[in-house]
Amino acid sequence: MNELIDKLKGEIIEQLNLEDVKKEDIDNDAPLFGEGLGLDSIDALELIVLLEKNYGIKVANPADGKKIFQSIRTMAQYIQDNKK
Amino acid sequence: MSDVNYISAFCRISSGKVNVNHSIMFTGEEGEAPAAFIKSVYKHYQLNYPKFYKMDGLCQLAFVASELLLKDNKITERYNKEEIAIVISNGSASLEIDTEHQQTISDKANYFPSPAVFVYTLPNILIGEIAIRNLIKGENTFFIFDKFDAQFTAQYINSLLNSGRAESCIAGWVEFYEGNYDAFLYTVEKTPGVIRAEHTAEQLLNIYK
Amino acid sequence: MRDGRRKITYYRKYGSLIVTNFTNLYLLNIPITNTHKFANSYKFAICNKQLIFLTQESYIIADNIISPLGFSTEENFAQLKQMRTGVQRLEKSALSAEPVCAAVIDARRLDDEFKKLEASKPFTRLEQLFILSISDTLKQNPAIDIRSPKTLLILSSTKGNIDLLDPENTGKFDKKRLFLWETGNVITEHFGNPNKALIVSNACISGVLAIILGKRLLEENNYDTIVVSGGDIMTHFVVSGFQSFKAVSSEVCKPYDAARDGISLGEACGTVVLTNDKTKVKGTAIAVKGGSSSNDANHISGPSRTGDGLLLAIERTLKEANMNASQVAYISGHGTATLYNDEMEAQAITTANLQDVPMNSLKSYFGHTLGAAGIIESIIGIQSMRSNTLIGTYNYNEPGVTKPVNIIKQTTERTVNNCLKTAAGFGGCNAAVLFSKEA
Repeated sequence: MNELIDKLKGEIIEQLNLEDVKKEDIDNDAPLFGEGLGLDSIDALELIVLLEKNYGIKVANPADGKKIFQSIRTMAQYIQDNKK
Repeated sequence: MSDVNYISAFCRISSGKVNVNHSIMFTGEEGEAPAAFIKSVYKHYQLNYPKFYKMDGLCQLAFVASELLLKDNKITERYNKEEIAIVISNGSASLEIDTEHQQTISDKANYFPSPAVFVYTLPNILIGEIAIRNLIKGENTFFIFDKFDAQFTAQYINSLLNSGRAESCIAGWVEFYEGNYDAFLYTVEKTPGVIRAEHTAEQLLNIYK
Repeated sequence: MRDGRRKITYYRKYGSLIVTNFTNLYLLNIPITNTHKFANSYKFAICNKQLIFLTQESYIIADNIISPLGFSTEENFAQLKQMRTGVQRLEKSALSAEPVCAAVIDARRLDDEFKKLEASKPFTRLEQLFILSISDTLKQNPAIDIRSPKTLLILSSTKGNIDLLDPENTGKFDKKRLFLWETGNVITEHFGNPNKALIVSNACISGVLAIILGKRLLEENNYDTIVVSGGDIMTHFVVSGFQSFKAVSSEVCKPYDAARDGISLGEACGTVVLTNDKTKVKGTAIAVKGGSSSNDANHISGPSRTGDGLLLAIERTLKEANMNASQVAYISGHGTATLYNDEMEAQAITTANLQDVPMNSLKSYFGHTLGAAGIIESIIGIQSMRSNTLIGTYNYNEPGVTKPVNIIKQTTERTVNNCLKTAAGFGGCNAAVLFSKEA
């Protein structure tokens, strides 16, 4: 799990162009949206692309993103549970 | 006989140079790629706007030019933000990022269109980025010309100001396509600024050479 | 009378209007107040040594819509009256790997119609639409002199010939055709118009903006006729992008409805011809009374939650038209059928005190036609005024926005004296324009 979290942080930084953010800046349990990383609705859609591209997981309903993308940990958990 | 308006300040970013109000403020390294050069301008001025990294090249260029234009000419403090217009043009619309989006969909085996790319496939997004940064809410229009049309730009913006549809305007030309880049943004006001040039086609072409 | 018309320029610093006909100077002791803010639209004539003020008007003297529902305004309006949609479910198409609902113009009919023009050289799909649409308006009204230097062409398009980027179309046309200014050149050359076309590319408000620009440029008196044409075509490029935004409904879109779940895309082209010469009007005189654009300054793709950007555009439009909210007869909304757009509009409409005005969205008939939308939807509004018929919103069943706006369910006959057309788009832009029928 920790390995996945670490890998995911790198992927998120790259996919979302978080140029000034380092892996260690991202708290595993801090909210990804709103405060924290300051992500927005386009980032949420971009994370859906990331799940599909890197892990083959399709999120059909963008509203599900709210739960999945609560934090890095919930996202990693979702990947672990749904990865084919 | 018509109302006189003024080009109160300008910023030109092209050929590795940043020119603000006739002073070369920054020079890039020899042979620097456009994107790298724009990023070094951003860093040099410590513009500190994380959204910058999410923008496409066209918006990054427009953003940096607008920041340097408005740094010393704070029109957003002097005018109601609903009374400031933004009228910008270019020749290639958003073709640079359009090509990138097309690449994400052309290969069926590697088909991953990106919303963060697609959202920039409209040239007026750069007006949106400037508006968001400065909370400007007035009239906004993006035009496409084969080259900067000083005649039309001067005439249309003068009529916006003279008819009371705007009190001031951020105007100009922002091009970013296939390795060529050129930003020329300026402010138009009823009163002369540091430039003291009337807002006419002739004066625009004196500055934008 | 016409020769006496000259532009008024005014100096606020003198606190009065200065009027000139370029030989004499008149100083009128009129204090500048807010009502003179749009003084540029006032003209004057000298009759018997008396100064008469005229409000410069822009009249619509011809119009055309090309969509899956037809190749003329009348053909399209007849379909809408019957509440027939042009949006179809396409199980297999070049537009999308999955089935998609979209409004697509029949390729064979386009081909047949274009052949009738006997054009001498090849044109792209979008250029064919522009040429067909403009040609139809020229046939309607012989007073339009397309070759005159006093006639200007304004084109509105978000993506132009973007289909040429597709590897399947490589080499079919010169790469230059990808540039919208070149599209402008191709069209003006075809019609022999001596002026460079003015191109507006401002996301989904492009069409409304182009009409507003037409009105403003007529006020400047450099032109007497302005042909405003807007078009965009359906491409894999656009469909894939909106799909990546998870913004495309799997069914025909449902504007303002409780069950709305995204847009339907469409392709169309529309043309309105404007003039400042009322004698060229045939039939009912419809004038463009005011228009304005604004920016939310909030987010590049998400609509404002408060609708204050659109509100600003509406308020300024009404002010320029010298009208108040209670006088608005009909609103042709943007109504894309995304959750947030329709909600944003409802907020703006309610705050503007327009919540009781009958309102519809035509997106469930035409799909979202991007750069054409503002123009074809305006034309339907104009046709509603001519025929005193309001078109019902296809697929609207149950109110689905938090403010109680008055969505038209069924096509109904009633007097329609004016129409407020609104639009909003990516980049946070908003626009509104008001058309009014003259008695």
